[in-house]
Amino acid sequence: MSDVKSEIVGRGAKEGADMFRAWFNRLTEAPERNEKAAYVMVMGSMAEVLRVFDFHTVFPEINSLQTAVRRVAHEYLNVAEDYGYSPDICGYVKADFAMQLQGGKHPMGKIPPPALAVYTNACNTYIKWAEIWERMYHIPIFTLDVPGTRAAGGQTWSGNLDFENDKKYVGAQIGELIKLCEEVSGKKFDIDRLRETMGYANDMTRAWKRVLELNKSQPSVFNALTDGTVYLGMANGFRGTKEGADYFNRVVEEMEYKAANHIGTVNDEKYRLIFVGVPCYPIFRRFNEMFTEHGGAFISSTYLWFASGGTNLGFEYNLNNPLDSLAEGVLISVREAMDAMFYQDRVIMDMIEPYNVDGVVYHPIKSCRTTSTGLADNRRVILEKTDVGSLFIESDMMDKRVVAEAQLKNRIDAFFEGLATRKIMKERVA
Amino acid sequence: MAYGSGVDVGSTQTKAVIINEQREIISRSLIDTGANVILAAENAYALALKNGNLEEREVEYVIGTGYGRYKVTFGDAQITEISCHGRGAVHMFPNTRTVVDMGGQDTKAIRVSPSGEILDFCMNDKCAAGTGRFLGAAASALEIPLSDLGPTALRAEKAVKISTTCTVFAESEVVSWLGKGKKIEDILLGVHQSIASRSMGLMRRVGVEPEVSFTGGVTRNIGMVKALNDLLGFECNVSDDSHYMGALGAALFAMDRILSGRLAKESVA
Repeated sequence: MSDVKSEIVGRGAKEGADMFRAWFNRLTEAPERNEKAAYVMVMGSMAEVLRVFDFHTVFPEINSLQTAVRRVAHEYLNVAEDYGYSPDICGYVKADFAMQLQGGKHPMGKIPPPALAVYTNACNTYIKWAEIWERMYHIPIFTLDVPGTRAAGGQTWSGNLDFENDKKYVGAQIGELIKLCEEVSGKKFDIDRLRETMGYANDMTRAWKRVLELNKSQPSVFNALTDGTVYLGMANGFRGTKEGADYFNRVVEEMEYKAANHIGTVNDEKYRLIFVGVPCYPIFRRFNEMFTEHGGAFISSTYLWFASGGTNLGFEYNLNNPLDSLAEGVLISVREAMDAMFYQDRVIMDMIEPYNVDGVVYHPIKSCRTTSTGLADNRRVILEKTDVGSLFIESDMMDKRVVAEAQLKNRIDAFFEGLATRKIMKERVA
Repeated sequence: MAYGSGVDVGSTQTKAVIINEQREIISRSLIDTGANVILAAENAYALALKNGNLEEREVEYVIGTGYGRYKVTFGDAQITEISCHGRGAVHMFPNTRTVVDMGGQDTKAIRVSPSGEILDFCMNDKCAAGTGRFLGAAASALEIPLSDLGPTALRAEKAVKISTTCTVFAESEVVSWLGKGKKIEDILLGVHQSIASRSMGLMRRVGVEPEVSFTGGVTRNIGMVKALNDLLGFECNVSDDSHYMGALGAALFAMDRILSGRLAKESVA
C-alpha cells in the first residue's frame, strides 16, 4: 500500500474512535471539575446554544447504543426491567435508566448526571424520558416544540406564512432556552460565541452533506451502517466545535481520495443498498456481514438523516442574523429528521438513479414505534413505483432477545437470491 | 443422463429429492431431522439414492436448503427454502402466483412471477403460531396422532374459536374447551381455522394472487387444506409431493447449474 493510501484510508474510522474515547473521558471527569452536563437528543441537540454556556452535551441515545455495540446491553435492560419497566419500552430509555440507577456506570467510563435536559418533540418518547431525569435529579427539562410537516410533500419554506409563523414559534422557544441556560450555568449569553458555534456547525454540515453525496461513487466509499454510526457519533457529539468541523473536513478528504482511486468498502461490490431504520446493534458486526458476504454495500441510510438531526439537508446558518437563522435552521433540520422517519419513500425514489440503488432494506425495531410504524406502507410505495428489490426484516437496536440471527440470515439470503435473479434477467433483456 | 439433487433440512423433517435431465422426480426420501442435523442430511440423501437405485457419483450437483442448509456438507451450494419453494411450486403448478408453505415451525407466503422469480415474501417472526407446531401442540393436548387431526376436524359441526395466538398457551385453551364439554372435532376445526387465518395474514402482506399453491409438511393435513380453501374462496394447488417442494426446488436449481455448466463447456469447446 502506498504511503498516502495507508495514511488516509481508514483515517476517519480511527480518528473517530480516538475522539469518541476522549469525549467520554471528558464526560467522566466533568463532575470533578464542576463542569455541567446537558442531556440532549440526536434529533435537535441545540448544541449550538448549549456550548455558549460551556455545557457538556451528553447523548443518552448514543450512550445506550454503545452498550449494545459492546454486547452488554442486556445487563442494563435487565436492571431496568427488574425495577419494573416493561419489555416493550424503548431499549435506549431502559439502558439509560439503568445507568442512572448505577451512578452513571457505562462501558466507556462514567456518565455525569444532568444539570438540565433539552430535547425536541421529534420523538414523543423524549418527553417521558426527560421526566424520569426531572424526577431523579430535580432538574429543569426543556421541550422544544418543532412543528413538523403537515402532509407528505407538504413542507413550507421561507416566505410562506405558515413557515414564518412556525419559525417565530421556534425562535421564541430558543429565547426561553437561552434564559434557562443562563440560570442553570450562571453565565451570560454571548452572541459572538453563538456565531462561533454556529460557524463550526456550518462547516460540519457542509462537509457532512458532501460525505453523503460521495457515496454516489462506485464502488461506494463508506459503509452507511458501520462507518455511518461512527460519523453519527461525531456529528452529534462534536457539533458546534472546531474539532468536529475539522474531523469532517478530513473525512471529506479521505472519501474524495477513495472515490478518485475507486477504493470501496467491500472486495466486490455487487449490490448497492439503502437501509431504512435503526441498525441492529446487538449483533452489529454480524448483521453487517450478512449483507457484505453477498457483496451488498449500504450506500445510504435514513438513520444518517434523522439521527443527525436532519442536518443531511445541509442547511447553513446566516451568521449575520444568528438567532433568526438558528430558528430557521432548527425548524428545517428537525422537520427533515421527522420526514426522514415518516416520508422517506420520496427521497429514496429520487436516489435510485443517481446512487444506482439495487435494493432497499427496511428494518423496523421492537423498541421504536416512531421509526417503525409506516415502514410497511413506505415499502409498498417503493414496490409499486420502482423496480428495485426490497427486504423487510424485524429485530431491535438494543434487545438481543428479539434478534433471531438464523431468521434474519434466512431472509437476507433470500433477498440476495432475488437480487441475483433480477440482475440476470435484466442482463438477458439488455 | 444427468441427475441433480436437493436436500431440504427442516426443523422437524429432512427431505431429499433426485431429478433427471427432464426434471422428473426419480426418487425422494423423508426422515425426522433429530438432533444431529449433518447426519440427517446425509441419511436423507443416502436414502434417496437407494430409492432411486443410484450411486452417489451419478448425481452431479447437490443443493442444500432449509434452515440446516449449511449442514448439507456434501452439497455444492446452498439456496434458501424461500427461493426453492417458489421454484418448485411453479414447476409443479405452472400457474402459481402465490405460494404458502407451512412447515414445522415456519410459515411463509411467497409471491412469484410466472418464471418462479421471487417477487416478495413474508414469514412468521419469532413465533410459531400458525405453523405445524401449533397442530403438534393441539395433538398433544388432545392425545390424538398428528395424522388424525385433519380427518377429525372435518367431522366438526361448529368450530370453536381459538383466541390464543401463542402455540404454548393454545394447549391450555384447548384443555379448557374440553373441560367445558366442547367436542374434540369442533375444537380441532377451530385450531385449523386459527392457523389458516394467520397464514392468510402473511399472504395478504405479499398480495394473494391465484393460483395459490400450498406446500410443506402440513399439506398432508386435509383439514388444513380445507380451512385454507375456505378462507381463500377457491381451491389451492396441493399434490402428494407438496411436502417435498423445497427439496424439489433445490433439485431444479441443481439441474439448472448442471445444464448451464455443460453449455459453458460446449461453448468453450
